[in-house]
Amino acid sequence: MSKKQVSFSEISPSEFFYRNRDLAGFSNPSRSLYSAMRELVENSLDACEMAGILPDIFIRITPLDSDESKQDPKPYVLRVQDNGPGIDPKNLSYAFGRVFYGSKFKLRQARGMFGMGGTMSILYGQITTNRPVKLMSAIGDGKAVQIQMMIDIRKNAPIVMDKQVVPAEGISGTSVEVTMEGDYFRAASKIQEYLRQTAVITPYANLVFIDALGRQFFYERVTKEMPVPPDETLPHPYGIDVEALRRLLQDSEEATLLKFMQQNFHRVGENTARRFLEFSGFDANMNPKSMETLQAVSLVEALHKYDNFLKPDASCLSPIGKDILKKGIEKELKPEFIAISVRPPSAYSGFPFIVEVGIAYGGKVLPQGLSLLRFANRIPLLYDEGSDISFRILDQDIDWRHYKVRTEAPLGVITHVCSTKVPYKTVGKEYLADRPEIERELKNALRDALRQLQTYLSRQGSMAAVQRKIGIYSKYLPLIAQFVTDLSGAKNLPKYQQLLDSDSDGEDKTAEPIDPVGKPPSDEPPADKAPAAKKKTTKPKAKTTAATKKKKDAPPVETIKVEGQKKAQVEKKKVKQDEKQQTTFEDFG
Amino acid sequence: MKNNKRHSKISASVRKEELMKALHEMGDSMYEKLDKGVFPEVVFPSRSVRNIVYDEKLLQYVLGDSRVKRSSQNIKHIRPFTQLVWLAHFANQLVKQGKTSTLRDVYYSAQAYNIDFKDQPESDDIITDLEATLCRAREEFSIYPEERSAIFGDLTIEYTVKGYEGRKLNLDSHPDGYLIGPSLSTAELVETSAEMVIAVEKGGLFSRFVEEKVHEKYKAIIIDTAGQPPRSTRYMLKRLNRDLNLPVYILTDGDVYGEHIAMVIVSGSANAAHLRDLTVPTAKWIGVWGSDITKYKLPSDPMNEQAIKRIYELRKDPRYRKGIWQKELEVFLKLKRKSELEAFAKYGLTAIVDKYLPEKLEYAKSL
Repeated sequence: MSKKQVSFSEISPSEFFYRNRDLAGFSNPSRSLYSAMRELVENSLDACEMAGILPDIFIRITPLDSDESKQDPKPYVLRVQDNGPGIDPKNLSYAFGRVFYGSKFKLRQARGMFGMGGTMSILYGQITTNRPVKLMSAIGDGKAVQIQMMIDIRKNAPIVMDKQVVPAEGISGTSVEVTMEGDYFRAASKIQEYLRQTAVITPYANLVFIDALGRQFFYERVTKEMPVPPDETLPHPYGIDVEALRRLLQDSEEATLLKFMQQNFHRVGENTARRFLEFSGFDANMNPKSMETLQAVSLVEALHKYDNFLKPDASCLSPIGKDILKKGIEKELKPEFIAISVRPPSAYSGFPFIVEVGIAYGGKVLPQGLSLLRFANRIPLLYDEGSDISFRILDQDIDWRHYKVRTEAPLGVITHVCSTKVPYKTVGKEYLADRPEIERELKNALRDALRQLQTYLSRQGSMAAVQRKIGIYSKYLPLIAQFVTDLSGAKNLPKYQQLLDSDSDGEDKTAEPIDPVGKPPSDEPPADKAPAAKKKTTKPKAKTTAATKKKKDAPPVETIKVEGQKKAQVEKKKVKQDEKQQTTFEDFG
Repeated sequence: MKNNKRHSKISASVRKEELMKALHEMGDSMYEKLDKGVFPEVVFPSRSVRNIVYDEKLLQYVLGDSRVKRSSQNIKHIRPFTQLVWLAHFANQLVKQGKTSTLRDVYYSAQAYNIDFKDQPESDDIITDLEATLCRAREEFSIYPEERSAIFGDLTIEYTVKGYEGRKLNLDSHPDGYLIGPSLSTAELVETSAEMVIAVEKGGLFSRFVEEKVHEKYKAIIIDTAGQPPRSTRYMLKRLNRDLNLPVYILTDGDVYGEHIAMVIVSGSANAAHLRDLTVPTAKWIGVWGSDITKYKLPSDPMNEQAIKRIYELRKDPRYRKGIWQKELEVFLKLKRKSELEAFAKYGLTAIVDKYLPEKLEYAKSL
């Protein structure tokens, strides 16, 4: 019998991600190029926004080999440069050269959640081309630091190969140049779509993209207004898990559990802490560091069970806001109508979130039918649309007929969920999980925005009808006036213009019901036509009543009342008409 | 002879004045409404099938009591309304300037005024609407169809058309006859020595009658209806009958269609139920009857299925429920054969004038 030795060895986080790169979106050359680009762009945007700088982002993808005949996949040089605050030269190599492993307990909304996107891109470049990454950073002190480095995957540490300090001429910012295997031919449409959607959600950024074929894409800044940057916040008791609590306890400097609660949790003051500790039966004066694991487990249970914690506040969130979102939609989608709905902050499992929805209708940019643009923390989500909660709501829960939106109408739906923790279903950051709280807010926001659209559409409809009517009147009435003037022998035209003004309310006082016959040659006798005409007018009425009945905010009683009144009016008019006809008979002799 | 001359009772110029007045009043009332800020409208009898009824007194189809209103306020009505008003205006111009127009002319003329008729049937319909509105045939407002028939005989007319006003003409001066066109339709019937009108269905027989001097032998005015007579011809027959007191006799082919030509002269058509003055209720159909086919042993052809179907249709028509109309319809149905007027040529070219016509005229007295 031979003994097989199994050896265990520790792996570094870099190695862990290297081995599991599929999870992070680096599964194949085209997807990897796309993921690397977006990770770097998102880092740049985050950096600029945190510093309150209007972002200018430059992105370039160039084939490494100038020989154009070479087929994809092939090595590309990806360069992303921003005008952000830059990174302190001391931290530069580590910022990109190590997958951080540590306690990121302070929470705030940001695009990147794990602090590893940039490093992953570099790592991927390194393993596919074995070329160093070129980093440059200027923090505004007149100097720019350029380094070339690789990552020691096992040690989870950077290997700096070259370092130079050059004059920066007063500019600050960071640039990253990665050489990596990619497939631009396949990735191109996703990359362009990503940048276009990024432009929708960040209209305050200038994005310049020069693609592998030398084409330049420029998404221009249309507003200098930026969303208010989020505050850092402590974790909410509902959102904590055992591991997180254990680390908090380890790192705690507080002498008592009472103080510990106040210092490490979101919206927990002395009173709340005291009441909670009473509820959970923990000793307020206990030293946090002395807590045992089992105790920690029951503390977490108690934290999740206690109903009287204050809800998380939204200061740690940075919604885009009505105005900026509107500008972004306007600029990229150029629709005929925009509706925005911003929901008040809400929370799921202790994580605050805000839902923002935009509806873009009509125009020449949007294709026919529904286009869904999903965003989470200002990141466009391009993959797995069918699995996303927004898609499911639009597909299954929204009654489109109710909002009178034609299925072939060009319609863009923009959903943005921002949160300290976006509930992605996968590490790939592509679609949202079905959290009931988020689903509810999305539904409310969508319905609100669609109601605005509905109002717009029905106003458009009636305006169009009135316009059409006035158009018809102004085509024919002058002719009628001209001919009757000739017939009567009058010198001047009659004052028919008043009819064009007075009827502009669109209310036809003597329309169909009185008047049985529309067309000149009629094969049906008027005796039968009268009821036929009546049917015609009552039918759509019945339809609208049915429609209004469906509407929750319109009580059916009221509509019935209105209908009754109308009927009475119609009958009155009929009597009048009969009188009129009598007199005309006599006229004819 | 001169003493026998009859004179027209109602002058054409009077009717023209009445028409001008009606058009003027129509314009006046609409003008007033527009000026007051009210949408003008027009009401006229419905011409739908179910509003057409047979009037036993008038012995013709008339429109019932249903009326339709066309309002300029109604978006669906305003287009035909405008077309109708334009047509009234156009007719007014025609009558005022003494000009005539064909149905096709109307269709094209409208385009000069930005009135868009989508096709001629649409403009024809509007013309019929104006007829119904004014209770007058379109010929009265100088709109004529293309087809024309002919007249011949001792009848002096006086033109009223522009350029010929006051000029007189006797209609026996040209053996091919005279077209019953706009100028004849509007002419005053001044005098005649004729004692009857003979309307024949075919141009061939018309020429034979002129050749054989039927107009002299029978003191007759001869009219070629050229098949189903156009309205101007029916109107002429009406005037000859009503204004000059001339009895009207009708000769058609011996089949169901011939019988119906006669019937339309007598009692009008359903299509013109909105009009009067197009019927001659006292006109007599003197042949060729179904019974003549056997009586005179005329060469005959079998009727086709359509013709037989037509007989069944006409049997349901109230006008065919009595007298000679009913009797001969049944004969046709029994025989299922037809004979043309020319069939008399079997007995010589003049047989129809020498033998058949006097016999039938004599017989007609008993009808």
